[in-house]
Amino acid sequence: MLGQEYVRNAVLAGSVIALACGVCGWFVVLRGQVFAGDALSHVAFPGALAAAALGLDERVGLFAATVAAGGAIALLGRGALAGRGGRAAGVEPAGDTTIGVLFTFILAVGVFFLTLFSRSSGGGVGIQAAHTLFGSIFGLGAGEAALAAVLAGAVLAAVLAIGRPLLFASVAPEIAGARGVPTRLLGFAFLVLLGVIAAEASQAVGALLLLGLLAGPAAAAHRLLPGTGASVALAAGLALVSMWGGLALAYAVPSLPPSTAVIAIATGIYLAARAWR
Amino acid sequence: MYTPADTAAPSLTWNLAHDAAQVLEYHFMVNALLAGSAVAVAAGLAGWVMLVRREAFAGHTLAMMAFPGASAAALAGVAAGWGYLSFCIVGALAISRLPGGARGSWREEPAGIGVVQALALGLGFLFVSLYGGVLGDLEGLLFGEVLGVSDGQVLELAVVAVLVAAVLAGIARPLLLSSVDPAGGLARGLPVKALSAGFLVLLGATVAATSQVTGPLLVFALLVMPAASAQALSTRPTTSLIASVAIALLAVWLGLGLAYFSVYPPGFYIATVAFAIYLLARAAAAAAARRRRRVHGPAPAPGRPLAPEAV
Repeated sequence: MLGQEYVRNAVLAGSVIALACGVCGWFVVLRGQVFAGDALSHVAFPGALAAAALGLDERVGLFAATVAAGGAIALLGRGALAGRGGRAAGVEPAGDTTIGVLFTFILAVGVFFLTLFSRSSGGGVGIQAAHTLFGSIFGLGAGEAALAAVLAGAVLAAVLAIGRPLLFASVAPEIAGARGVPTRLLGFAFLVLLGVIAAEASQAVGALLLLGLLAGPAAAAHRLLPGTGASVALAAGLALVSMWGGLALAYAVPSLPPSTAVIAIATGIYLAARAWR
Repeated sequence: MYTPADTAAPSLTWNLAHDAAQVLEYHFMVNALLAGSAVAVAAGLAGWVMLVRREAFAGHTLAMMAFPGASAAALAGVAAGWGYLSFCIVGALAISRLPGGARGSWREEPAGIGVVQALALGLGFLFVSLYGGVLGDLEGLLFGEVLGVSDGQVLELAVVAVLVAAVLAGIARPLLLSSVDPAGGLARGLPVKALSAGFLVLLGATVAATSQVTGPLLVFALLVMPAASAQALSTRPTTSLIASVAIALLAVWLGLGLAYFSVYPPGFYIATVAFAIYLLARAAAAAAARRRRRVHGPAPAPGRPLAPEAV
């Protein structure tokens, strides 16, 4: 299986993206920002379409849209976070109303571009849209795979670098703020990093399937291990297992799309963790 | 350039009465307005409760069921609506089985909803590739098909709207109490879990109906934006519930009217109108809060739109 070049490219890009998604996802689940992560993955689609309509490279639009949306959610969600009882009362921080309103409007703009676009270029649009939404990991070239791996590796390193203060700011925001930890800046930086990984992963596993890699392994890890270090490592490991297992499964069963296989294994891992404890 | 004699292509004039009359001349536009109005009532009500219950992510996930639903229906050779409805109900039941509440420092529910959505989309992708052919409905799947609604579909959507309104009216008090104060609801012997599952199924039906008008991607234009605007404008439950329905109706009528005079899909206009109303409502709420602060000193922190004691 690894004798094929396209499989090697997929394994290289997929492994690093899975590790980054596992670690980011652990924090996403801890901070109750799964909906924000989901919104970022949807925003990739209008971004790519807008770039295509403007004649730019698809990737420019992807990254611009997801990073901008990550920053916007961090800034707008702040007001909602401030006046609340916070997570002590078990309520979700950062208004999901704001997220819902914001990303629906961005999707509406995407629909606008899609119509604009299908009038000028005929039938290729639907395929283009499907490509952005679902990715094609077995279609990556060697250069694209290396670029994906480097970018995902950089995000992974950045999240690990801000990991300790981010953890403090996530678990006890008031105390962290009083101790001089820049909680707002950290929240902003984290969502921007999440935007980068959303844009990156949407090329590999597809914008809409990114969510499974963020939520599934992380939720399983939170359930299985209570601590921090080992739990983060477990989330990354489970994401990696999902990716490798999914690629192998899709290779063995040609009619099964790789994205579906990856998500199916991630879901299976989460369900197994729920059944176990 | 517009000339009065030019009646072949629809164009907007400054005479609003004339424009409205022009729109209503066509049977398909009358059907679209009727279907849109029915859906706006259901979405305005169910969306308002959804925001109070903080279930926007669940609602969005149910909207995404359109994709696996339609592709499974295409594979099985049945009408897309049935596939959508069955996936919505299965999704609603799966979400209602997730453990709620905080587990130590993290909450499982949003993560579980994310897994449900990802799996549904993955299955949809699988069905599409098994189907092999092109999904002829892709445009309808993205944009909705309100401009092609038949008389029978108008009736179906009206029935859904009446059912949603009736069921919500029937369970309003226990549902709101268990939404804002689940522990208090349990203590009073309310079936909190059953109410929660029942509401999610109702939300699924509303989402499936709304997507006929806006397209599945933009259901939040009617489910979230009007309710969020209404809750910014008023903290009284009844007032803001009525405002939510009124704003949803306004967004549908204006959006459909604008879409008639243009080439872009209605969902885009409905979402844009609703977003503009939301921005205006937020601005009005902020201005009112500033005025209150000047007169009465610091206002209470803007928190949940509905305090438990208000119900």
